[in-house]
Amino acid sequence: MEVMEKTFIASLDSIPEIVGFVSDTASTMGVHAKRVLHIELAVEEAVTNICSYAYEIPPGEVSVRISREAEVVRIELIDAGVPFDPLTMEEPDIRSELENREIGGLGIFLIRRMLDEVHYTRKGDLNILSLAVRYGEK
Amino acid sequence: MKVNTHEENGYWVVRLEGRLDIGNAAEFEKECLSWIGQGQCRLVLDFGGLEYISSAGLRSILAATKKVKTVNGSLSLCALSGLVEEVITISGFGNILTVYADVAQATAGEGA
Repeated sequence: MEVMEKTFIASLDSIPEIVGFVSDTASTMGVHAKRVLHIELAVEEAVTNICSYAYEIPPGEVSVRISREAEVVRIELIDAGVPFDPLTMEEPDIRSELENREIGGLGIFLIRRMLDEVHYTRKGDLNILSLAVRYGEK
Repeated sequence: MKVNTHEENGYWVVRLEGRLDIGNAAEFEKECLSWIGQGQCRLVLDFGGLEYISSAGLRSILAATKKVKTVNGSLSLCALSGLVEEVITISGFGNILTVYADVAQATAGEGA
């Protein structure tokens, strides 16, 4: 199994570099272009959360591990911040009227809808968000 | 992201090319508010060249939409495709905003 790993400063300024790293690696590993965009979106949303909430004294670090598995490409985002399970965030009401629209939670909502697998685990001092997509277009 | 604007039939058409994301959404929101402040309150966002949008981008559109409502203006979207169309649909933004097939349709009416 092929694994690529890289560590970045967990700040919003790092997001283009992180998204670029994941996107290039997933493409090289054979993920369909359409699904690569889903991955880019998920990584932007998840890393934005980490940069905003994970560290009491920012910026900390975020490690990105990409693994080529038989059925899926798996992307793990690992930070050593306060325990934070983004999957427990309340889902936005996507049917609400314009005036009541809120954006909080929408990022995670998009991740859940677009990716094939999303898991959170707390392992020792680490938050690990695991995202996976299959290789094909669907 | 490249942003080009022009006036068409009383509408302010804003063509976006590239990516609307966490890196430029705040700046784009500021631009929208500035156009509205200058009296361009019938906005048509032409997404024909837009390849990518994240929740940060949605936030900027929501802010602009709320602003145009306060001045009896309008904001519509057109020419969605690919990921952008998926995000607009999944997020439910397709239900709170008017979405047209292209700029011609978006600028055909009298405006709101």
